Amino acid sequence: MLTITNLHASAGDKEILKGISLTINAGEVHAIMGPNGSGKSTLAQVIAGHPGYEVTAGTIEYLGQDLLELEAEERAQAGVFLAFQYPIEIPGVTNAYFLRAAYNEIRKAHGQPELDPIEFLDVMEEKLKVVEMDASMMQRSVNAGFSGGEKKRNEILQMAVLAPKLAVLDETDSGLDIDALRIVAEGVNKLKRPDNATIVVTHYQRLLNYIVPDHVHVLAGGRIIKSGGKELALELEAKCYDWLLEPVGA
Amino acid sequence: MSPLANYAEQFAATATAGGAEGPAWLPALRQRAFDRFHALGFPTTRNEDWHFTSVTPIAERRFKTLKPAPTALTGADVAPFLIDPSWHRLVFVNGQFEPGLSQFAGLPAEVHVSTLAEALRERPEWVQAHLGSLAAFDDAAFTALNTAFVQDGVVVHVPVEETVDTPLHILHVIDAQAQGAAIHPRLLVVADRASAITVVEQFVELGASEHLVNAVAEIVVADGARVAHYKLQREGSAAYHVGTVQATQGRDAAFHSFSFAEGAALSRTNIYTKLHGVNGEARLNGLYLIDGNQHADHQTFVEHIAEACASRELYKGILDGSSHGVFNGKVYVDPEAQKTDGKQTNKALLLSEQARVDTKPQLEIFADDVKCTHGATVGRLDAMPLFYLKSRGISAENAKALLTYAFAAEVLETIEVDTLRLELERAVFARFTHTALE
Repeated sequence: MLTITNLHASAGDKEILKGISLTINAGEVHAIMGPNGSGKSTLAQVIAGHPGYEVTAGTIEYLGQDLLELEAEERAQAGVFLAFQYPIEIPGVTNAYFLRAAYNEIRKAHGQPELDPIEFLDVMEEKLKVVEMDASMMQRSVNAGFSGGEKKRNEILQMAVLAPKLAVLDETDSGLDIDALRIVAEGVNKLKRPDNATIVVTHYQRLLNYIVPDHVHVLAGGRIIKSGGKELALELEAKCYDWLLEPVGA
Repeated sequence: MSPLANYAEQFAATATAGGAEGPAWLPALRQRAFDRFHALGFPTTRNEDWHFTSVTPIAERRFKTLKPAPTALTGADVAPFLIDPSWHRLVFVNGQFEPGLSQFAGLPAEVHVSTLAEALRERPEWVQAHLGSLAAFDDAAFTALNTAFVQDGVVVHVPVEETVDTPLHILHVIDAQAQGAAIHPRLLVVADRASAITVVEQFVELGASEHLVNAVAEIVVADGARVAHYKLQREGSAAYHVGTVQATQGRDAAFHSFSFAEGAALSRTNIYTKLHGVNGEARLNGLYLIDGNQHADHQTFVEHIAEACASRELYKGILDGSSHGVFNGKVYVDPEAQKTDGKQTNKALLLSEQARVDTKPQLEIFADDVKCTHGATVGRLDAMPLFYLKSRGISAENAKALLTYAFAAEVLETIEVDTLRLELERAVFARFTHTALE
């Protein structure tokens, strides 16, 4: 589904990703772990098309397309979704309007008819259950005045509505208490299908107790320094990142 | 003929042809006002208060005075402008009162609402005590011009502890008959102690015309009273509009002003209030949306005379094309006005490379125990919200439109009249997204 080859990316003059290669197949869950500043959030944002990063070398192939050639909205229309680490507040635009606008633009891109507000209500009713959110949240402005947990749940709600093929969760666990973490993780698990894939970017192993990865990659200094199965996450938890980082300087 | 000679000739003509009607003090007031206008002349950009706004297009156009004429407009013509048909309303066409289009019989009997002409006949002494008492024209040429030429307007008197629940709608419709004319509407609102009223003053255009509306509103908010004044300037793109709202507030008095401006080739809106009593609260908010070659200038002036008053200002502008916006927010804090709490925010969003905004906050603070802040930002849409919307599949064009609406929505949210807020939210949403807000 996704093949990243020798990806280099910079923000301004600073090179952050220094040659990432990664292959993700449909049906898989990959965890990207690493210490702060390792480049894991940058990788997530480059996949989604964040305008603040410049890809200086390498390729990303997604479902046979050159992903880097697509605008952010075209990537979303093609099924790429990024759950933001810091979801953006948009006072003045209701969640309901925002979600329907996104949903309809994606449908339009696929030649499907748009849904009117009443039809969309039916879609929403079902999706709200996935993240145990109250319908009243739909009339509030997008993320404005939401608690940290509500913002993250709102990200997963968007994911549920937009039904992406490739979902990238950027530090979705940060700032969540254990109940919110459970709800968010269960939401992600309910949305898992054989034909979609998930990348979970996280600093901590905790989230991976709930969303069990097929593969774990450790990112440091803009490179993947180790890949393994789900047991790698547990090993990291026990030994901390220093265990892997030491040999780099040695 | 020079611009001033044009008005001198017209003033002489109106003074002989009916301008002398009404109580004896009125012609004297008009004469004083005209003399002052003549001495001041139209302001130039050398005048600090008009530094960014040249009124040359107004001065050189020699607007004429309209003769009273019956209007052909019907209820159906003005229906689109009735924000809520259940409101009490006075409708003026080209400055002339139209009783057939108006409806305000359902007001409480104690509340006086009439045209200025009627009030001059029925209660001339009361009018004399108030008319011109707030809107000083010593340094204000347009206010002097309005006072000299005022034809008609609205007088509102809400007595002690009386609350008018339904908004009072003053609708000024300007049509093609007003081509080349100057119209000088007047509004006088006196809200006695602990009374409350909401006034929606709206200026709209039916059929293009090049004219000048030069409006003056005086608003007295007595101790414990609450007055909300909404001004909607939605004239056509060939219009010229100058308007001054001058309020005064007593102890515990609340004044809420909202200015929405999207019309006129050149507009200048002055919103002034004086906080004369302790614990007063002034909220001055506004939104202007301009495009093409439009020029929109707002000047606010909050005078904290008494202590422990609060003032809040939020003004936003969205500028496209080669338009030019001006915001000048003045706050004066008297040496007596300790514990003043003032906050002024001014934000402009530029949608094009050619649009320009001049913003000038002016704080003059002479008390030491005060909290006064001001902030001004001018910029384009932020990259992160744009990316956020695009990352959900929303096209760049639609994302920009949605965020532009969201920028405006923050200030529209301060409108406390639900039907009016919804009306403006819908209008602004449609303007930028070209779709309907549900």
